[in-house]
Amino acid sequence: MKRFSLLSPRAGAAFITPAGLLVGAFVIVPFFWVIYVSFTNRTLLGRTALNPEFVGLANYLELFSPHRFLDPGQFGFSLVLTIQFVLFSALLGQAALGMALAWLLQQVPKPVKAMTETVVIGAWILPEVVIGFAWFAFLDYDGGTLNGMLDAVGLPRGDWLLDYPFWVIVVFNTWRGTAFSMMLFNSAFASIPPSYFQAADVAGASSWQKFRDIGLPLIRGHVVTDLILITMWTFNVFTPFLLTKGGPGNQTEVLSIYTYRVAFRDFDFGKGAAVGVVVMLINLAFALFYLWVARKRTPGGAA
Amino acid sequence: MLKWKGALLALVVATPAAAQDLSISCRCVSGGANGELADWIKDSVIPGFEAAHDGVTVTLNEFAGGDEQLTQQLALDFSTGAGADIAGFDGFLIPNFVEAGLLKPIAELVGPEAMEWEGWSHISDGSKALMSYDGQPYGIAMGTDVRMIFARADLLESSGIDPASFQPTSWEELLEAARQVKQAHPDSFPLQLNAGVPMGEATTMQGYWMAILGTGESITDEEGRYIVESQGILDVLNLYKTIYVDEELGDARAQQLGDGRNRTFANFRDAKTAMLVEGDWFYRSVTAPGSEFEVAERDAKMTWAKMPAKEPGAGWNGQDFVTISGGTGWVMNPNTDAPQLAWELLAYMNSKEQLDAFQEFQPRIRIRDDVPVPTDAFLTETSSVLLPLTTARPNDPNYNAVSAEIQRMTEAVVSGSMTPEEAMARYKDAVTEIVGEDNTASLM
Repeated sequence: MKRFSLLSPRAGAAFITPAGLLVGAFVIVPFFWVIYVSFTNRTLLGRTALNPEFVGLANYLELFSPHRFLDPGQFGFSLVLTIQFVLFSALLGQAALGMALAWLLQQVPKPVKAMTETVVIGAWILPEVVIGFAWFAFLDYDGGTLNGMLDAVGLPRGDWLLDYPFWVIVVFNTWRGTAFSMMLFNSAFASIPPSYFQAADVAGASSWQKFRDIGLPLIRGHVVTDLILITMWTFNVFTPFLLTKGGPGNQTEVLSIYTYRVAFRDFDFGKGAAVGVVVMLINLAFALFYLWVARKRTPGGAA
Repeated sequence: MLKWKGALLALVVATPAAAQDLSISCRCVSGGANGELADWIKDSVIPGFEAAHDGVTVTLNEFAGGDEQLTQQLALDFSTGAGADIAGFDGFLIPNFVEAGLLKPIAELVGPEAMEWEGWSHISDGSKALMSYDGQPYGIAMGTDVRMIFARADLLESSGIDPASFQPTSWEELLEAARQVKQAHPDSFPLQLNAGVPMGEATTMQGYWMAILGTGESITDEEGRYIVESQGILDVLNLYKTIYVDEELGDARAQQLGDGRNRTFANFRDAKTAMLVEGDWFYRSVTAPGSEFEVAERDAKMTWAKMPAKEPGAGWNGQDFVTISGGTGWVMNPNTDAPQLAWELLAYMNSKEQLDAFQEFQPRIRIRDDVPVPTDAFLTETSSVLLPLTTARPNDPNYNAVSAEIQRMTEAVVSGSMTPEEAMARYKDAVTEIVGEDNTASLM
C-alpha cells in the first residue's frame, strides 16, 4: 500500500487521544468490569452490595441450570423467545417486507415511490419514546385507535397487549425497522443496469421472473449484509419494553429486557453481568460472521 | 469501590451545589398521587423553613412514577451519591438499604445531638421502629396504616346486601357477596384483591398478606424462616384463582397491566368494583375530595369491612379478622452535602407546628402525641378496630426480594399461566435461591 500522510504521527496521536480516552473509560474499562462482576455475587441492595464474594462460575451455571432452563423468567426462555422474535420480526418481517416494498417501488410512478418512502422512513427516524407512546395509545383496549377502527367496521375488538403481547412486539419491530431493509434493497436494485430488465421485458418476462432471475441473484451480497445487520440489531433491541415492559408475566421478556430486569429491578448485578457477558459472546459471533462475509465479498467484487 | 464509583459519577452529575440548597423528594404530585403531601410541602414546609433560614433554598422533586420505580430510583441515586437530601421512603426497605450501605443512622450522619431533638419524646417506640433497623433510627415516619375491604354501599344495596351490616366472616361469605353482586351487575368486577408484578409491594401488602394471614400462616415462621411450601399458600393461590380465573369476579387485566393500580381505583370510583382490599391511604388520599379518583358523595357511597380469615378463628394468632400495617416516612440521604441543615429541615417537617398544618391538607393520626387526633369518624373507628389486630412485615434484608417472588407467584396464577401447585413450586425454588435452604421452611 502506498504510504502518505496528511499529519505527522505525533499530531495524529494527539488527535486520537481524546477519543481513545473516552472509549477507554466508557467502553473498555466497563467491559472488563462487567466480566469481573459476573464472577461475583454482587448486588445493589443487601449484604452482598458492600461485601461481594467471588463465586466462580456460579452465575453462569445458574443461567444454564438444566432443570429449569426453559421456565418462564429464566435465561433459556428469554433466549428462545429472542430467537423467535428475530426470526419473525427481523428475517420474515423487516427483510421480507423491505424486499417486497423495494421491488414494488421499482415499478411505480415517482410520486408514489417518494411518498411511500417518506412514510416508511418516518417510522424509522422517530424517537423511540414517541413511537412507544403512540403504539401504546394505538393498541389500548378501552380507548385505543385500533379498537376504535375495529368498532367502526363492526369487527370484534381485541385486548392486544394482554392477549397477543408477543405478536404485538413482532409487528411493532417489523413496522419500526422495515425502512432500513427497504432503503438498502432499493439502492441495490438501482445499481443493476436497466438494460438487463429491458432485455427481459423484450423476452416477455413477468415481474416475478425478473425478480427471481435477475434482481435477487444480483443483490445477493446486499441481502446477506442486511440479514446479519438486522439480526444483530433485533437481538439487542430494547424498545419493546416501552410497550409491554417484558410482560404480561414473562411473555415478551426478550434477552435485553431480561438483562435489565435481573440487573436493575432485582438488583442482582452478578447474575445480570453474567447474562451480559453471554449476550456479548453471541454478538461477537454475529460480528465475526459478518466481517468474514464482508471480507469474502470484497476481493471477488461480486456485488 | 463504591467511593470510586461515586466519585466518578459525582463528576458527571455534579451540579454547582451551594451549601444552602436543599431538596426533598417524594412520590407526590400536586393534583395527582399524594397531592396533599406535595401541597403541604410547597405551601407550608418550604416557605416556613426558608423564612427561618436566610439564604436557604428548598426545592421539592415530585416523583410521578409508581412505588417500584421509586425504589429503583432511590437505590440507584443513593449508590451513586445523587438524590434529594430528604427522601420519602417506605420503611420496609430500610434493612435492605442499610445492609447495602445505602443509608446511615441519623445519629451517625448528623451527630449525637440529633437524638436530643424535642420531637423524639413525642414519638412512640412503635412509630420510631417503622423507620429503624437494629434499634437505630434512619428517618422519621409519617405514620402507620391499616388495611381493610373498602365497599361501594350503592352496589351492595342494589345487589340485595345491606351495606350497614355488611361484614363477611369467612372467605366463602366474601366470595358469596361478590357472586351476588356479579349476578345483579354482570358487567361489574365485584371483588379486587391485588396480585401481579406491576403493582409491586401493593400486591404483597394489600393482596397476599391480607389473604395468607387469614389462613393462620405468615410469610415467615416463628424462627424467621421463609415458608416456601404450605397448605396456606395453596389456599391463597386458590382464592386468587377463584376470583380471577374460575369465576372472573375481579378485573384480572388490572392486575397485569402497567397502570393497573390506577385502574382498580378508577373501577371503584366508577362503581364497577364493589369490594376493594386497600390501605387507609385509599380513604385519606386516593378517594378524598378533589383528587383524581374522588368518589362522589363518599360518605353515603363508601363503606368498609374487616378482612375475614378463611374460617372464623382460623386467622393469624387465632383471629377472626386480619390486617397488616406498614409505614412510610422520610430518610436522610447519606450523601447529603449539608447533614446539619438537612436534619434541621427534617426536624422542622416533623415539628408540632408543621404537623398541625399538615392536618389541614390531609387529616390523619400523626406520629407526634402532641398533634391532636382529627375528628374523623372513619380514621378513629378503623384504627380502634384494626390496630389491635395488626401485624407487620419481617424486618429482614431479604424481605424485599422474597416479596418480588410473591408478586410473580400471584401473577402466574391470576394470568392463568400456572396452576397454584406449579406457581408454589417455582416460588420455593426462587426463595431458596435468595435466602438459602437453611432459612426456608416447608409446612407440608
